[in-house]
Amino acid sequence: MTDTTPVVAAPTDNAAKSGTTGATVEFRGLRRSFGASTALDGFDLTVRPGELLALLGPSGCGKTTALRMVAGFETPDSGAVLVDDSDITGIPAHRRDAGMVFQSYSLFPHLNARDNVAFGLKMRPAPRPTTAPVRRASRRPIGSAERRKRADELLELVGLPQFGDRYPHQLSGGQQQRIALARALALRPRVLLLDEPLSALDAKVRLTLREEIRRLQQELGITTLFVTHDQEEALSMADRVAVMHAGRLEQCAAPAELYARPTTAFVAEFVGTMNRIPGRVGEDPGTVEVLGRRLPVDGARTAAQQDVEVLVRPENVLLSAKGGTGAIITGSTFLGAVTRLAVQLPDGRTIKADLSTHEAAALPAGSGVTVSLPERPVLVDARA
Amino acid sequence: MAGMTAATLTKAMDPPPGAQKSARRRGRPRFGRAAVLVVFGLYFVVPIAATFLFTVDDPVKGLNLSAYSQIFGVAGLWPALRLSLELAAATIALVYLLLVPAVVAVRLGGPRLRTVVEVVCTLPLVVPAIALTAGFTDVLKWGSDSMVPGQTTFVQQLLIDIQNPAFPVILLLAYTVMALPLAYRTLDAGMRALDVRTLLEAAQNNGAGRARAIVTVILPNLRGALMNTAFLTLALVLGEFTVSSILGFTPFAVWIVNGNAAGQGPVTIAVSIVSLVLTWLLLLVMSAGGSRRSSSTPTHQ
Repeated sequence: MTDTTPVVAAPTDNAAKSGTTGATVEFRGLRRSFGASTALDGFDLTVRPGELLALLGPSGCGKTTALRMVAGFETPDSGAVLVDDSDITGIPAHRRDAGMVFQSYSLFPHLNARDNVAFGLKMRPAPRPTTAPVRRASRRPIGSAERRKRADELLELVGLPQFGDRYPHQLSGGQQQRIALARALALRPRVLLLDEPLSALDAKVRLTLREEIRRLQQELGITTLFVTHDQEEALSMADRVAVMHAGRLEQCAAPAELYARPTTAFVAEFVGTMNRIPGRVGEDPGTVEVLGRRLPVDGARTAAQQDVEVLVRPENVLLSAKGGTGAIITGSTFLGAVTRLAVQLPDGRTIKADLSTHEAAALPAGSGVTVSLPERPVLVDARA
Repeated sequence: MAGMTAATLTKAMDPPPGAQKSARRRGRPRFGRAAVLVVFGLYFVVPIAATFLFTVDDPVKGLNLSAYSQIFGVAGLWPALRLSLELAAATIALVYLLLVPAVVAVRLGGPRLRTVVEVVCTLPLVVPAIALTAGFTDVLKWGSDSMVPGQTTFVQQLLIDIQNPAFPVILLLAYTVMALPLAYRTLDAGMRALDVRTLLEAAQNNGAGRARAIVTVILPNLRGALMNTAFLTLALVLGEFTVSSILGFTPFAVWIVNGNAAGQGPVTIAVSIVSLVLTWLLLLVMSAGGSRRSSSTPTHQ
């Protein structure tokens, strides 16, 4: 697992004003099975104070289960969840300092937006604004006028101050999720949990809300766990992305590192587009011969003298019209500044290559090309 | 030129053949709907109109409203009505106590048990009231037949107590069983309209314990279903005759039939007309409340 130093934005004054402080969240050897299927299989991860960490993975990889364990809605078969080094595994959901925004619209239909936001303040009075770690002893009951004032402040924070009297059925999906975000922040939790909160929204609203969530998270400096299966969402929002597969952590790294230096074949193929080009590991297991070149192997090495598949991003594939070696351009997809070309290798396999649209114009479909790779370490995977 | 223009205009004004067909198609169902409405309207209106005519048409004095003016003074009405309303209130409470926790628990804890609960709750539909009463009678008879003077057991005393004419608990039990199918269907439909699990988790995430979350979030959102349950149960209890009559009690429905037989016909029927109107009004109020809530349209941002 590669772990990089996160680019965590410094909490602004709003964090101090709202009383939120980031906490460390630690998953320690979590295991959870539902009948025959294993959702979490020894899951370890540490989320740093004030960072936004995205849990990314395919359906059924256990990301939502892990998140629900922080919220207290799931109990691990073994392992523990720690917040600021305190084991919270046995604490019931309603006593945890974690605000959550759900995937489906979860506003209470019988309450208007303001009362929805104030609901938590009524159930469990919020702590006094303080930058010190929140303790239950600092909680105090608050009156209805103060609750209303605080709810209005939160509605303003999410940009909907005029919607306080609206009921959920009078709000659009995006507005409902913003109100849900305000409600999750009302109790000044130490951890914010976002369970695919944008998945039910249309593309435009999703983009706006994504930016808004990130802005709020940075302003408040609150430790945030964001579950998503959308890699673009994860890479664009998170300080770090934890890729999960079959209940385990594959890799946790900053988005750029995750994309550029995936440590496993699964991460390489799950994040972004990846080509598989046949190659052979030489006598030295640290090198691989591919497309007529010998390149160093990155990450886990395989046995010497073995047929493998070399994993290469489309933008790292080099094409040249000179001295064609049997590879043929079979199609192209215009993507704006870049055009993605489909190239058939002499062995019949098709790979993708990204070229600037200007360069791609010189390589029409049917033209012969030479395919090569840059001189840099490549990731290899056992041939299927 | 002019001819061409006229022809073009005529062509333009003629509806396309498809449109004529669809207009004919639209016309037929409209007529069909009206016919169905008239038939069903007559089916409901004629008996009620005839009943109303019976209450206002005096063979001696002609048309008058004296039956309605006598309602407040007629003997036995208020005790019978009070008994029915008390039984209805108790039945509604018992149905709530039995069904609400069961429906919530099945929804949250054991979705597989839903079929079992559904079968149990709808079973009374296939048991005729007369069969139910026969069963009750046998049990009550067993209590009195086996009684030895001066040596009343707890069970025998219980069987006596539940037949107290001031508040016959036996009727409460019978009505509760009879109300289960309708009440279950209504509550289950209300529950299905909610994402109960997410709402409950959202409430818990906001600091409400499980029980408090059910009371503060789930129940208020079941208000419509709970009101419908109450309304249907009230209607059932007010109109139930078979069980109460055979067991020898005189709630509202039995009083109407007995009063009619005793020659108080127009007055007792006037009472039932008034109760019918009141029930309709209640239904209208509930429907108006429901439609007002759903009439607001969402905005988009």
